[in-house]
Amino acid sequence: MATHALSPAAIPAYRGGLLEWLTTTDHKKIGIMYVINSFLFFLIGGVFALLVRTELAVPGIQIFTNEHVYNEAFSIHATVMIFLFIIPMLAGLGNFSVPLMIGAPDMAFPRVNALSFWMLPLGGILLLSGFLTPGGAAAAGWTSYPPLSEKLAQSSPGPGQDLWIAALILIGTSSILGGINFLVTIFKMRAPGMTLFRMPIMVWTMLVTSVLVVMATPVITSALVMLYIDRNLGGSFFLPDQGGMAVLYQNVFWFYSHPAVYVMVLPAMGVISEVLPVFSRKPLFGYRAFIFATAGIGALGFSVWAHHMFTTGAVFLPFFSLMTFLIAVPTGVKMFNWVFTLFRGQLTFSTPLIFAIGFLTMFLIGGINGAFSASVPIDFALQDTYWVVAHLHYVLFGGSVFGMFAGIYYWFPKMTGRLLDEGLGKVHFVLMFVGFNLTFFPMHMLGIAGMPRRIADYADPSWADWNLLATVGGFMIAASMLPFLWNVFISLRNGKVAGDDPWEGNTLEWATSSPPPPYNFDRLPEIRSERPVFDARHGLVAHGGHGGPIEEEAPKALEEGHVDNQGPGGAS
Amino acid sequence: MTADAPTLTAIAHLEGHTPAVGHARGGISNPILGMILFITSEVMFFSGLFAAYFATRANNHPWPPDVFKDILDPLGPIIVATIILITSSFTCQFAVWSIRRGDRRGFVRNISITFVLGIVFLLMQAFDYTILFGEGMTLGSGPFGTTYFTLTGFHGAHVFGGVLMLGVILYRGGSGQFSAKHHDAVEAVSLYWHFVDVVWILLFSILYLLP
Repeated sequence: MATHALSPAAIPAYRGGLLEWLTTTDHKKIGIMYVINSFLFFLIGGVFALLVRTELAVPGIQIFTNEHVYNEAFSIHATVMIFLFIIPMLAGLGNFSVPLMIGAPDMAFPRVNALSFWMLPLGGILLLSGFLTPGGAAAAGWTSYPPLSEKLAQSSPGPGQDLWIAALILIGTSSILGGINFLVTIFKMRAPGMTLFRMPIMVWTMLVTSVLVVMATPVITSALVMLYIDRNLGGSFFLPDQGGMAVLYQNVFWFYSHPAVYVMVLPAMGVISEVLPVFSRKPLFGYRAFIFATAGIGALGFSVWAHHMFTTGAVFLPFFSLMTFLIAVPTGVKMFNWVFTLFRGQLTFSTPLIFAIGFLTMFLIGGINGAFSASVPIDFALQDTYWVVAHLHYVLFGGSVFGMFAGIYYWFPKMTGRLLDEGLGKVHFVLMFVGFNLTFFPMHMLGIAGMPRRIADYADPSWADWNLLATVGGFMIAASMLPFLWNVFISLRNGKVAGDDPWEGNTLEWATSSPPPPYNFDRLPEIRSERPVFDARHGLVAHGGHGGPIEEEAPKALEEGHVDNQGPGGAS
Repeated sequence: MTADAPTLTAIAHLEGHTPAVGHARGGISNPILGMILFITSEVMFFSGLFAAYFATRANNHPWPPDVFKDILDPLGPIIVATIILITSSFTCQFAVWSIRRGDRRGFVRNISITFVLGIVFLLMQAFDYTILFGEGMTLGSGPFGTTYFTLTGFHGAHVFGGVLMLGVILYRGGSGQFSAKHHDAVEAVSLYWHFVDVVWILLFSILYLLP
């Protein structure tokens, strides 16, 4: 393992007590707080998911007092998972890694960064406080379509829906400020030599994600304020009986919420694209193609929103169907890049790589079952069935969540200075992988059989077996969190000390100490490719500073065969 | 490459007087880029509202409804408010040019005028609202009232935000914090103020002039 002369002298990285954490503007601490906060909301959202799955395990109404409470449970489950877990978890990993990866001392606007973070727990409390109001929490689904979400509707008379609106506006504002911060950081704070086409893929995906966030999130804010005006100030935007248009909300909502799907998956793709090369001992296959594919997904993402609205009869079907199929092309390019990064690599099956492979396989299924729904006639049959539930979970859980766990296992040593236990990590993966497929694969059968989503009870006995299986799987996913939490707990106390660069990484965060000092870097290696730390380790560039250890070590590394099989010319 | 060169760059990077400004490689400054991106997000926010307006308008005939026919008179008090806001954009730009030359007094004078004009616009809009309320047009009076007050109300809220920003740079300028070299905040606020002005010109054209 290369000991870098680049790493700063041992300085306690996370000094200070609670007050220091509450007031910090350090992107690493804020990133870690994002991760912890998002994980807490993951557990809360998970409890709601278990309630929903328990209710559905057998026909009849068992645990909920009535269907309305069931509606609250799945609405809050989805809202928490999307807005308080997946989006901020990936933003948190980005917050931790992006400034390190581009060799910057911090984000461009550190105080705005802290503001973005603190809006999240506040938004979460607002959202969940709906349960304390007379009418209960929001119960119109995470999409909150009017007229279901209007005040006159039976489902949403109380302030729970208004708290939902306020929480989402707050969380959306947090995202927008975060997106602006990422973009300015990436465009203005890169270290000398870090050109755009030498940036790690994680940074590229955060760049495209931030463009989507800045362009799309304000549009859902406009939909939410219109809904609020309808509900509380006598407006009539979405009330057909007063000259409004219910489908208008769907258009404005999905204009954000489809790009939001890419906000939820692109950073996970970025994580995978960092993990796969490191554990295959190869550069990423087709670095530039990958960047163009990412940008392509971002651009196409704005032209497919109405594929969520095929059955409304109010959208131009051929256009939106065609554009949706087109998105499969850049996604396919990426899949090809990842597979050929693994191909003939020297694979080390560490936990991050295993989760990355989990992402590859599960996201592939999510892509294929999504392509079915892009076809208009099939979508007419599958609309609002459990097929859609299966698809979105294969993308968002099988894709994003496996990706973010790959990232957590990958960067945990950089965040804390200690490695997570490999054995427990693998137990976590197996439980989660098996539990995930048990839960969501049967939903394909249920969807084809015609089981509608968002129902508390079903009469068809032939659906019972698949539902029971899905419920068992759901509890298995919940169980998989126990080895993970135990792993974090024991590793923080007595985990193996990681050193600066436990994985022999490629990107700049591995050139500083673990955890990094508040200012991130004393010195940076020369940046002449997208893998500056690889270059420095193998003496492929002159090394910043005193030059000693790395140049001495390079021949040894060559003898030991720790050399990339693509050679120095692999990266342009 | 000499051994020390990258070290020096990296240390300059750490000890630069303002670390958040990056490497001073020229180009746009962080606060201004941040403001441009923020304005981009605001443009998208108003796009959502404008889209709702046009969809609602296309869905309702006649537009305006008979009860509110001719209620929005482009030659009423609103034209004065419009002229005031457009003028304030000019005075704001004069302030930017003043501080670029290092003329602090000119800057304070022009930004004060802009600040006052912004407040006058808000007062005139409030006055206009009371007239409309008097004639029975409110947020609750069907899609026509809902879209009108939502669009102009959110614009007014942005003018209010802009006035607060102008107040901050007026205070900072008055205490001598800006110079020909250091006035990123002024440039950023002026961009925002021009954006608010452009939104109003669009709103005025669409709400009052579009037949």
